[in-house]
Amino acid sequence: MANEIIRIENLRRVFHVGDEDVHALKDISFSIAQGEFVSIMGTSGSGKSTMLNILGCLDTPTSGEYIIDGINVKTLNNNALSTLRNRKIGFVFQSYNLLARTTALENVELPLLYNHEVSAKERRERALAALEAVGLSERLMHTPNQLSGGQQQRVAIARAIVNDPVILLADEATGNLDTRTSYEIMSLFQDLHQKGKTIAFVTHEPDIAVFTSRTIKLRDGHIIEDKQIETQSAADALANMPVNEES
Amino acid sequence: MNFNNLSKIAIKALLRNKGRAILTMLGIVIGIASVITMVSLGQSSTYNIKQELSSMGSNMIMISPAFQQHGGVKMGNSNAKSLTLNDYKTIKANARYVSKVSPTVATSAQAVYGANNHPASIQGISPDYLDIRKYELERGVLFSEKDVISYAKVCIIGQTIVKNLFTDGTNPIGATIRFGSVPMKVVGVLVSKGGNQMGQDQDDIVFAPYTTVQKRFSGINHLNMITASATSEEESELAATEITQILRKNHKIASGDEDDFEVFTQEEILSTVNSVTQLLTALLSAIAAISLIVGGIGIMNIMYVTVTERTKEIGLRMAIGAHKRDIMMQFLFESVTLSLIGGIIGIIFGLIAAYALSSLLGWPYVVSEMSIVASFLVCAATGVFFGWYPAKRAANLDPITAIRYE
Repeated sequence: MANEIIRIENLRRVFHVGDEDVHALKDISFSIAQGEFVSIMGTSGSGKSTMLNILGCLDTPTSGEYIIDGINVKTLNNNALSTLRNRKIGFVFQSYNLLARTTALENVELPLLYNHEVSAKERRERALAALEAVGLSERLMHTPNQLSGGQQQRVAIARAIVNDPVILLADEATGNLDTRTSYEIMSLFQDLHQKGKTIAFVTHEPDIAVFTSRTIKLRDGHIIEDKQIETQSAADALANMPVNEES
Repeated sequence: MNFNNLSKIAIKALLRNKGRAILTMLGIVIGIASVITMVSLGQSSTYNIKQELSSMGSNMIMISPAFQQHGGVKMGNSNAKSLTLNDYKTIKANARYVSKVSPTVATSAQAVYGANNHPASIQGISPDYLDIRKYELERGVLFSEKDVISYAKVCIIGQTIVKNLFTDGTNPIGATIRFGSVPMKVVGVLVSKGGNQMGQDQDDIVFAPYTTVQKRFSGINHLNMITASATSEEESELAATEITQILRKNHKIASGDEDDFEVFTQEEILSTVNSVTQLLTALLSAIAAISLIVGGIGIMNIMYVTVTERTKEIGLRMAIGAHKRDIMMQFLFESVTLSLIGGIIGIIFGLIAAYALSSLLGWPYVVSEMSIVASFLVCAATGVFFGWYPAKRAANLDPITAIRYE
């Protein structure tokens, strides 16, 4: 197997709600290799949000191992987890989560502000490069309310790749977008994947999952399916769309 | 995250809500402005009174007769005759810490010159008196010790007397003014001193040798007052003690018995005035401090609102790698910026208000660097103190819930 980015072994996550124990994830094991484009699917309550929180180092497993880029998360304290997120993970959220009244460029620079090793000059250069990679070089000084939903999500993607993470985590990244824009965003993810990015894409929409190369299906805290699939091109899907469907 | 980035984030966040930031600052602005104004006015009034007092005389010591007891009955001191010429002479001869001394015998008489007349108060003094009370001669000469010995009918007059009697502009020197039935020759005219703190006209005065007043006007042998100058400001307390000892000996007062005279130094009067002003300043500053606390609570309130409003932003910052400390510092920095800017505006307003009020009252404008520095520090402390809990709350948010907060 190629270079392993993520390895999960016998992972469990139990929440204590009142007197009850809720088992959100029950004995899960899988790994993600470098350069994979994985979709994690499941209905609500299947445990996919918990899975994403753990993958994103926002939450830690109750038991079992989670190793990201060779680092065992279990041994880390809060500050070390923050630093790990800053250096190794790029988040893309459903609702973009851009800072209001802040330009696209400054939004993209944000993760590097929390990295002492990056100078102001380097920060600016890397943010410009990231925005160029998502095709927004013309919108540097626009604030979120001057951008369309698709453009806002592109800014968010630029922000996620600016720290050159080992894995890109997308949480229903197309959930707030119409079909055409969703395809555009998926096409962008496929581009990034082509360039070697490892991506984990959490979604409940099967027609979005077809653009990835592997799907992991969760139900009731178990993996019920984990298979390689034939990747469809989002660019083709976009080209085949009837013109009048545009919205 | 370094200081530069922090300040940028904080100022940006405040600029996003300009109106709210200004309203929040208002409490601090009012608090600091009133502190600065109060302290400045308190100091300028003290300074003012000090100036007035020192213009009254240099290191002045006043000795006046006290209540006297005759068989258990306390008598008023206006008729007291306890101060005598002998007291004056002993003080003059023996007191080491007294540089100048003069007796005072007061009386009043209607002054008449030509067709003009004016009610005049006449002070019988020795030549030293002018130095003690800082009177200066504009024209003419001071009467001499010889004039004192010979009960000479000479006088020195103040500007108000000149204005009222010499209406046609004739030179008063050499003129003879009749005081009641006693004609006296004017030998000198005083430089104007204006009104004093109590509003008395210090120019409405006639000085004559004390012997003249004693023999020719009042027909008395005692003195109304003795006025002295201590050798220096520091030694005025010593001088007062010394005078007390001399007078007790002169008056044969047994130890344990009350003095039949009173000794005041200028410093005593000053410290009385000071303690009143200080009390007033303290009181007003306390009110100002309360408004500062109210202002601080305003900041705290707005910071809580800000933290709640920006929960999602806090969640995002944590998700992309901000440590708890980074979040804490960001919000603390914001509250300190709020209070410091409020403080600076308050200091400026306070100085302007103090300037306006002191020029309105005709007081000197005193700027206290101490109060400015103290205000600045208090503002920073207010920002930290009242920003602490909101910032702590922000830092302790759970990123998972914060980022999905709507």
